[in-house]
Formats: sequence, C-alpha cells, structure tokens
Amino acid sequence: MSVNLEQFHAVFFDESNEHLQAMEQLLMSLNVDHPDMEELNSIFRAAHSIKGGSGIFGFEALAGLTHVMETLLDRARNQTMRLSVNAVDVLLDTVDVLKATLDAYMHGGVLPNTDIANGITKLEGLLGSGSDSAAVVNEAKLDDETPLALLEDDGFGLVDSMQETSESSFDTDDLFADLAFVSTAQTSNALPENAIQAQQATVAQAKLHSTPYTENLKNVTPISGVRSESEGKPSTAKESGSIRVDTYKIDGMVNLVGELVITQSMLSMIGSSLEGKAGKMLQAVIDELQRNTREIQESAMSMRMLPVNMTFNRFPRVVRDLSQKLGKQVNLVMEGGATEIDKSMIEKLVDPLTHLVRNSIDHGIETPAIRREAGKPEIGTVVLSAAQKGSSIIIRIQDDGAGLNRQRILNKAAENGLIQSDDMPDHEVWKLIFEPGFSTATEVTDVSGRGVGMDVVKRNIESIGGRIEIESRHGAGSSFDIHLPLTLAIVDGMCVAVGDQVFVVPLLNIIESFQPKREHIQTVSNETLLSTRGEYWPLIALYEAMDVGGAIEDPADSIVVLLESGKKRFGIQVDALLGQQQVVIKSLEKHYRKVAGIAGATIMGDGKVALILDADSLAQSCHNTMNQEACA
Amino acid sequence: MTQATLQQTPVASDEKEYLSFVLGKECYAIDIATVKEIRGYEPATKIANAPAFIKGVLNLRGDIVPIVDLRIKFEVGTPTYNEFTIVIMLHIFDRIVGVVVDAVSDVVRLTDEDILPPPNFGVAFDSQFLLGLADVESSMVILVNIEKLITSDALALVDNTQTAA
Repeated sequence: MSVNLEQFHAVFFDESNEHLQAMEQLLMSLNVDHPDMEELNSIFRAAHSIKGGSGIFGFEALAGLTHVMETLLDRARNQTMRLSVNAVDVLLDTVDVLKATLDAYMHGGVLPNTDIANGITKLEGLLGSGSDSAAVVNEAKLDDETPLALLEDDGFGLVDSMQETSESSFDTDDLFADLAFVSTAQTSNALPENAIQAQQATVAQAKLHSTPYTENLKNVTPISGVRSESEGKPSTAKESGSIRVDTYKIDGMVNLVGELVITQSMLSMIGSSLEGKAGKMLQAVIDELQRNTREIQESAMSMRMLPVNMTFNRFPRVVRDLSQKLGKQVNLVMEGGATEIDKSMIEKLVDPLTHLVRNSIDHGIETPAIRREAGKPEIGTVVLSAAQKGSSIIIRIQDDGAGLNRQRILNKAAENGLIQSDDMPDHEVWKLIFEPGFSTATEVTDVSGRGVGMDVVKRNIESIGGRIEIESRHGAGSSFDIHLPLTLAIVDGMCVAVGDQVFVVPLLNIIESFQPKREHIQTVSNETLLSTRGEYWPLIALYEAMDVGGAIEDPADSIVVLLESGKKRFGIQVDALLGQQQVVIKSLEKHYRKVAGIAGATIMGDGKVALILDADSLAQSCHNTMNQEACA
Repeated sequence: MTQATLQQTPVASDEKEYLSFVLGKECYAIDIATVKEIRGYEPATKIANAPAFIKGVLNLRGDIVPIVDLRIKFEVGTPTYNEFTIVIMLHIFDRIVGVVVDAVSDVVRLTDEDILPPPNFGVAFDSQFLLGLADVESSMVILVNIEKLITSDALALVDNTQTAA
C-alpha cells in the first residue's frame, strides 16, 4: 500500500476546483422553493467527490468541512430537509471556504482553520434547525446502521466510486440489497493507485445509474446520511469526456502545424510550376494536402480555445452578492457563453470583466426607489454577452442604469488637470475614465471607487491585444464593448512592400491607405506632414525607419498607410500593398533581441521571414505632437 | 550552463571534439557540442538599425534565428556570399544563432594538453574569447570560446537584461 499519492494531487486539485465551481453555479441557479432533484444531486455529488478525494489524500480540513456539507445536501436531496435562502447562502460561503482551503493545500499556505470551524458550526446549525433532526441524531443513525455501512462511509470518495462501478455493473437494480454493501466493504481495500481510473470510472458509473434508481432513492427511508456515496443521474458535464493535456504540448503542436502549412505552401509553389500530366496529378494531390493541412490547422488552433462561459460562470455569484450588499435588484442575463476564445485570454479576462460588472452594478444600476421614480422597472438588468464578429470577439457588458455622468467626469478631469476645456464629444469624455486615478464615485466604498481600476482594465485588455469602447446614454444605461482578437498567436495583417522587403502591418492599427497627392505633402522642419481631409498627419518613411534600400523615396509616388495606435495617429510610407493575410506571430526575442519598431516576425508562404511592425513603438519615433492628442 | 562548466574545467586527458572552420585565411575551431547544424548560406531578412555584422534573421524550421557574419565583425577576409558560403547554426543557452564562415574544414579531437595558451595579439579575436591555440597537422588552429563570444556585449545579440549568466 505504500503508493506515492502525491502524483495524483494535481489531478485532485484540478478536479476539486472544477467541482467547487460547478457547485457554486448550481447553487446559484437553484430554485430554493422547488429545487430540481437533479441539480441537488449534482451539488451533492460534487461535495461528495471532494470529500472522497480529500479523505484519501489526507486533506483533513477539506474532508471535515465537506462531510458536514454533504450531510446537509443529502438531507436536502432526500427531502428530509427544506433548503432556505439562508441555507444556500451558508452553502455558498462554505464553497468559498473550501476554495480557500484547497488553495492553501495547493500552494502550501496557511489553512483558514477558523473559517473552517465557523463553516462547520454554521452548517451544523442548519442541520440542527432542519426539518427532521439534529446532526447528532444523524450521527446516531449512522451508528445504527450495519458496521459495513460505516466502513463504507470511511472509505471515502475515490474508492467509493470504484466500488460503485462494480455495484452498478452487477446489481444496479438492488443497489440497496445487503449484497451491495458486502461488495462495497470488500472493495474498500482497493489499492489507491487505481484512484485515477476509479474517478474516470465514475463517469461510466454515473451513466449507468438511471431513472429507476432515482425513484428507488425517493422510496428510501431517511437514513440517508449513510448512503452518502449513492449517486443520481449522470452529470451532463462529464459526458462529453475530456483529456487534460499540458498546454506546452498543444503549443508545440500548433507550432508544428504552422510549419506544416508553410511547407505545404512551398510545395504548392513548386507544384504549380510543373507542366504535363505528372504536374496535373501532383497539383491534385497538393490540393488535397492543402485541404487537410487547413483542417489540421483549424483543429490545432481550436484546442487552445475554450468557451467564454468559463469566465462568465462566476458572474451570477458576483452579481448576487453585490446587489444584496448594495440593496439593489439586478437581473444578470448572459448570452453567447459558448463563444470560444483563446485559453490565455480567458484567464486574463477575469479581472477586467469582474471590474466592469461590479462597476455596472455599483455605479450604473440605481437603487429600486430611484428606478421607480425614473419610470424604469425596479429590477435592473446587466447583460453580459459574447459574440464573434469576423476575426474578432466582442464581449459586451451592458446595463440599463443611469449611464455615465458627463458633467461629473468632466469636473473630475478638470480637477486632475487632464483637460483644458469641456468642449469635447461624448466618446472622448468617456475615454477619460480610463485615466489612472480616475474615479467619479462620490464616496469610496469597499465595492469600487478607489480610482484604481479602469486604467488597469484598459491595460489588461490591451495586453491581450484587445481594445475597449464605451457607449452611454444619460439615464438609459451604458455599454462597454471589449474587442478581442480570436487568438494571440495569429494576427490579421496587411503585407506591404518596401524595397525588396516585406513588412506586415497589423490590421488592427490600420485606418486607411491611399496614394497621396503631391500638394498634400508638406515638409515642416524636417518632418514630412500629410494633410488629408483637413488634418495633418506625421508621415514616417518606412524605408528610412527600417533602413531598406531600393525603395520609392518620393512620397507622392508611394502608398501611405494611416495608422492609429493608442492616442497616436500617423502615416507610414510604403512602396506597395501586397495583400491581407493572417500571419503567425513568432518571437524575435527568443533567439535575438527586441528591435525598435518591430513587434515580431512571421514566416511567409515562401519560407522567408517578414517582420511585423509595431505601431506603438513606431509612433515613438515620430516626434510631432500636434496630431497625437488633440485631433480626433 | 553545463556546457560552459565543462569547458572551463575539463577532465585531464579527456578528449573533446572541435569543429574547425575557415575565416579569411585563418583556421578556427569551436566546441562541437554547441553546433546544431551546418547549412548553406541563404539571404536573410534584414533588421533595421542592426550593426553590419548582423546579416538579419532566417527561418530555421519555425524559429526566427539571427545570422552573424564574424568576418565583418572581426574584419577577417572579405565577406563574400556564394554557393560555398556556410552558416553554422549554434545552439547556445537555449538560443540558436547562425554564424557565417567561409568554409567548414574538419572535426578535430583535442585533449587539454594539446591546447596552448592564446597569444595576446596577432589574432582578430579579442583574447578573452579564445580558449587557446592548437597544432593540428602542423597548422595552427585558434580555439574560440564561442559561448562567451555569442553572449558577449560585443555582439549585442542578447538583451542585457536576459544575458545568460
């Protein structure tokens, strides 16, 4: 039995986190008056799995708390006790404590022992006030059961689930027959090295338990605390089946596929130069190869993608807690949760989204009294939606609250010396809230209003290649749109030629491109300026900035691409536009170093390297300030 | 790191292999453990405002790799690029760097006793980048501490903040 269990810890932590998340979601969606049996069962199962795992791995603090929680949930699902709103609150708090405890175990931190003790007391309090009997009685009942049943309870989760597999496969129908308990007891000694398989087996086993079983459950007399391992209907989440794969492996695969695509396109180029019958046959095969590689590329990319629900799911809780605290009534609507985005973005979206949602509730949605006065429904609505538009994902946080207060923002901005005049269009005013240290909340609460936030939100979103837009109407609400690229590894770019070199300009930065007329080009103190539609733009000659020979030097003969980066706007002068293309971003720094004006490199269809321009750092090189701040 | 330690404190009488190559008229050699592969020269993508000895970057099976012409850096020979020009791809501290040389000659086996201390003058390379001199088939081979050279500030291939210590 001397098996090193530590190798399973990571899996246990991962799964427990998932269980806790699932529990939280289910508790949130639970209808307290008419609880759905299946949902109760799922919540119970989640608690039970955590208890089982922590028992096996010796995480006593987790096991202790989940045990009491499990007892409570078990009574709820057996309808020997009615859940109240208060009970759900306590359960949610317990989930929080469990999360903290799990975190402490994971990172070797200090266990929140007082919280755990409090949690147990609170849960036991609920058990005591429950409709049937006190926790002590329940324990007594435990003792009344056969010794075998006790043994089974001590066996805890992972092993239990393995026993169940055997139970359900052999005698699903008379699960409660003595035989079942005997078999349980026998298998309790099963080796822990089977623990992983056992957990996976739970999935299979959960499928085996079918409706008749649940009916059985209802007929059972309330000695339920003992049958803690009995499971209800299959959890749909597990049915899809998934494998945990290290992201390094996926990234490696994505890289290799990128190589495959390049090799394939080189092959196509060679193939198209061949004539005759062999050439035609080769062409046909290459076409087939091309289709296959494209599909491989798509599925490789999709492995990194996760539904945005992974982030959204936490918000019902946030909204619930916050609206309770603030005495507001808020209905959260979530749409498009199945929209997929890159995994790394999901993680980085959590903080900005949480901040925006909290802001919407704190600053946006008014109190019921004010809403009634304004002729709006008392319950405010916050809509959290995600949708894919072309090659970007748009995540929107919309509320029907008071909207941004233009005058207050302007006052605050003037106070902080950010603006000189009040005379600016609305969308410029809204942008001011992203300035560091900006908060219009009249008083600082523990919810928001410290003025550290919106600038961080903006920075976070920009760090994953996105941007944020605000729309707001006074009294009608506001909406924050976050535009995100589909993936971080690929950028939509415009390929431009300068001399014999090709550069890629990120499409995100491009406003427009055109051939300038000679009379629109002026030189002011060694700077070339381009006037178009009454505005002056600094013009950067890319052949100069990038030191390329053989390029067109006269701006009037070249093409100008107008770029926007942050607040800076400028034009770059190139020889020709070669076309729009999605390119895989490769790091220059991995083997070389950072280069000014260059964001990275990519490999073109012919295997050559093209550099991707970095509009931000190019903008640094244009000294002219007249076009950078003021004009819009 | 391991490679560097090995080079600085080699076990006596332990034979090591070196790859010898030609720059101009001089024969140099580097520790073969640092060599990833040898390939023909192909034009690289130029990098703006880089020193002349950095020819640019190349696609090495998906990695963007800088190409350094040591002939320009150390002013040995005339930098010509023809079908015989060779790029030695080096793998040093998890980085890949290509070095342009005129020709690759041989793999030589040398023990510590074969290596004589480097002279302070007469070679294009700064002596701090040299391991020493060796006599191979009655001609002189200059042993280069390629790891030290590639990560040195003189080449500025590596951002100072992330220089492998």
